[in-house]
Amino acid sequence: MNQLKHLISLTIILTLGLGIQACTQSSENASQPGNELAGKLTLTGSSTVAPLVAEIGKRFESEHPNVRVDVQTGGSSRGIADARTGVANIGMVSRRLKDQEKDLQGFAIARDGIGIIVHQENAVNALSNQQIIEIYTGKLDNWQQVNGKDAPITVVNKAEGRSTLELFLEYFQLKSQEINASVVIGDNQQGIKTVAGNPNAIGYVSIGTAEFSIDNGVPIKLLPLNGVAATTENVQNKTFPLSRPLNLVTNTQPEGLDHVFIEYAQSSQVHDIVQQQDFVPLSK
Amino acid sequence: MTLFNNKILSPSRSDRFLLWILRLLAFITGMIVILITLFLLREALPVLKQVGWLRFVRDIAWHPVQGNYNLMPMLWGTLSVTLGSLLLATPLGIGSAIFCQYYAPPLIGRFYRTLIELLAGIPSVVYGFWGLVVLVPLIGQWQPPGTSLLAGIIILTLMILPTIALTAEASFAEVPIEYVQGAAALGISRWATIRGVILPAAQSGLLTGLILATGRAIGETMAVLMVCGNVVQTPTSLFDPVRTLTANIALEMAYAMGNHRSALFVSGLLLMGLIAFLVAIAEGMSWRNRYG
Repeated sequence: MNQLKHLISLTIILTLGLGIQACTQSSENASQPGNELAGKLTLTGSSTVAPLVAEIGKRFESEHPNVRVDVQTGGSSRGIADARTGVANIGMVSRRLKDQEKDLQGFAIARDGIGIIVHQENAVNALSNQQIIEIYTGKLDNWQQVNGKDAPITVVNKAEGRSTLELFLEYFQLKSQEINASVVIGDNQQGIKTVAGNPNAIGYVSIGTAEFSIDNGVPIKLLPLNGVAATTENVQNKTFPLSRPLNLVTNTQPEGLDHVFIEYAQSSQVHDIVQQQDFVPLSK
Repeated sequence: MTLFNNKILSPSRSDRFLLWILRLLAFITGMIVILITLFLLREALPVLKQVGWLRFVRDIAWHPVQGNYNLMPMLWGTLSVTLGSLLLATPLGIGSAIFCQYYAPPLIGRFYRTLIELLAGIPSVVYGFWGLVVLVPLIGQWQPPGTSLLAGIIILTLMILPTIALTAEASFAEVPIEYVQGAAALGISRWATIRGVILPAAQSGLLTGLILATGRAIGETMAVLMVCGNVVQTPTSLFDPVRTLTANIALEMAYAMGNHRSALFVSGLLLMGLIAFLVAIAEGMSWRNRYG
């Protein structure tokens, strides 16, 4: 019996001991010699761009083991400020650079486009900007009022803080308090499922995700905006109005590690990551 | 011989060693809860200091980006979804446990129990997905938009039903066989035995099951987020969309910054308070059962 207890305690000690040893070993193995790129990159700014850059950073780190990519959020204005002051190597900005920001170097890594979606069976094939505003503020609440069938409109909105909501509000010059929603959703997939399951719903999601779903037979359709079809091509060639560039900015012409990272983030090697994050890669 | 006696009287070295390891493990487990609470407090403190507690009760709405932080509609949302599902799931769960334990033929009873256990094992996202593609459109045809308090209640009922049914069955199984035999000897009918003898004897177990189920209902996030519509408003009818506290955190955390982020941690604190309240009730009840 006593022996058994000894055995148990021994096992526990060994497990703990091995665990600790394993930890120390793994950190030693991480620093392999033989790669010329080394150092730490700090990127701060837009919370829209941050998840994308974090993923790109992970892949960059795995290809250059001596480089650490540190991504912090704080909004586009922080990205601009940190790049100016040098707090961060690179700033992340989820809009076009303003005129007073032209002293910075901007590098677009992707575009973000938002399309209005309705159910496939919905008879309405186009809505004017004014109609969309009135639907989202609750002034129009029946599809009949916009040449559809007699059915109440289910307004699908995004949760507060989401970048798609931000872009949508900015484009239609609405405030989030003014929106009268019947459903609030989180990510794009949930929005697509909600509209696909409700023939009277209207929502807005990233165009990339919507196109992917339509190709897979989900019963939704994208409405054109200002007569421009909502397609990834039109987002890519900048004709679709409800879209914006995702930029990396630096204070001066990037050199060394910064330069390599920006080139990498713009290259076709990361297009799959860009698409995964529901953004549209730029053709380069 | 003396050596042997010594070992009986004082714990051996390995015993003491094991005791210390157990103490350490218990300490770690206890610390986790305390650390999580401290972390919640630390993250919530900036906004609490800046705008104060009252704003979370009195503000006109929840627009954290614009500086309005009223959490009350979501508290009512959480409470109404939880209460509604408890009202539906309690009779279903306890009724099915009574059937399974006292009326069903053994083979059917065992098969039925396996089914309930399976129901308990289905991940919540699956319930949510089913709710979104089947239940919500169904309710939507009747009372648009379909994403509603009712949908949330139905989904949660399905999710807490197995908890209630399984704990009820376990507490029925613990009722001493002598009670049942005594009742049978007195010639009491089966239903009267269940109502007059077994239910009172199993009372505390049943209540524990209900509290466990309530805890699960309050904490459920994904499924509720998918079917409830998530509009921040105090529900006035079963067909109104509502947002629960958990859904609020899950929806907004990814992109929240500054005070908005802190405010979400305040919803976390509120949830923690709700659960602590439930645990206190459960403790009080078991204390009364033991000493009262």
